[in-house]
Amino acid sequence: MNVIESHGLGKCYRGTWALRECSVAIPSDHVVALVGPNGSGKSTLLNLVVGLAAPTVGTLAVLDGITPGSPEALDAIAFVAQDTPLYRNLSASETLRLAQSLNRHFDRISAEARLAELGIPLKWKAGKLSGGQQAQLALTLALARRPRLLVLDEPVARLDPLARSDFMATVLQAVSDDGVSVVLSSHVLTDLERVADYIILLRDGGVQLAGEVDALLDSHRVLTGPTVEAECYSDHPVIHAQSGRTQTHLLVRATATNPVPAGWETHRVGLEELTLAYLREPGASALPGPSRAVSSERPNEVRCPR
Amino acid sequence: MQTAAATTETGSPITFRLDRGSGVPTYLQLVHQVEHALRLGYLGPGDRLPRVKDVVASLVINPNTVLKAYRELETKGLTVGKPGQGTFIHPSVRPVALPELTDLRRTLVDWLTTAERVGLDEDGVVALFASVMREHLERPDGPHIGEDGTRTGAEDVA
Repeated sequence: MNVIESHGLGKCYRGTWALRECSVAIPSDHVVALVGPNGSGKSTLLNLVVGLAAPTVGTLAVLDGITPGSPEALDAIAFVAQDTPLYRNLSASETLRLAQSLNRHFDRISAEARLAELGIPLKWKAGKLSGGQQAQLALTLALARRPRLLVLDEPVARLDPLARSDFMATVLQAVSDDGVSVVLSSHVLTDLERVADYIILLRDGGVQLAGEVDALLDSHRVLTGPTVEAECYSDHPVIHAQSGRTQTHLLVRATATNPVPAGWETHRVGLEELTLAYLREPGASALPGPSRAVSSERPNEVRCPR
Repeated sequence: MQTAAATTETGSPITFRLDRGSGVPTYLQLVHQVEHALRLGYLGPGDRLPRVKDVVASLVINPNTVLKAYRELETKGLTVGKPGQGTFIHPSVRPVALPELTDLRRTLVDWLTTAERVGLDEDGVVALFASVMREHLERPDGPHIGEDGTRTGAEDVA
């Protein structure tokens, strides 16, 4: 089952494409990291997924064929927006009562138990809570809806390292206990390495890299060897090269047919190194299925309405 | 709070930690820590490994990573998963016998003496050993598996 599936998806704001030609198929039961530079379309894609915006072109389905924004989709998807917005003047307990009234399904008992576990006083106004506690309150509200898909937009960007770790631990416990699928966007690559098991790299509104983290890490290598021999790799899939006068590091897609040449060392890559290499090389792409580089060439060009 | 989870992994004699800078994949770090704990006697036959949800909460890692580590340990014959109860050290796991260890240690000392004589310093020894061990482990027929399906642990002695 795919939690998100899009074909040629595009969203236009005031005559500019925020997302274009975006085709992804995100499998369920994963923690998916959506990464990319500022303005690459991450928030736009998430807003389309949760139904806060409608596509300009293309198709988008969530949770195996459901239309985003439909009652069925709204019941099954929980969204925590950037900076975890809350009503600052409502207490935690009033916030829970409001959420219970506004949602068809809301497990208030488990939400109250969770807040007690976190040591968040129910009587305090949301605005008086620390940044970490506000984030946890917003996440508790989202999880109390018992979603099948949890969507988080830059959930930890403003949190200190401890609050960040506590927040992600809550998310991962929900994954472990209830089998929630998670899609989260983030700039913080180091945090994602052990949290995400699927990654999507967006660039200029299109998908540059997508796949299971383990498979991507297994299929890439850094080769280190003499610069004079680096040329022999010209026709191999080199993603990123760093050359000194005598020594060169090549980040390559490792394949069974390309053995490591004698005298060259091989190292595994981490997710951060891999992602940075792709970010530095806009022309490189790794996608499941037929490979498609991100380029200025856009098939079926649609004009962006003003 | 979550930080307390590190000490509430009750029911297991061990807890896991991660070396985030080591470059070793997370699931392998968990596998190695169980093997290490077995070797040093922190874990014995029948002992329970930390529950997946506790590992997830305390290390803040993806549940699939823990499951992958536990699957790997089971494949190696070191553990057995009991549905609904958890993962346990296999009752028949035996540590490497002491006489074998003593023999290995002696041959290693001989080798180190030779290395010293030809001028290999400590870092050189470590680099050479790591390189040969990697080649050995990555040879086509894989690491040696004992007759009872458990690893003999011989390649881990150093």
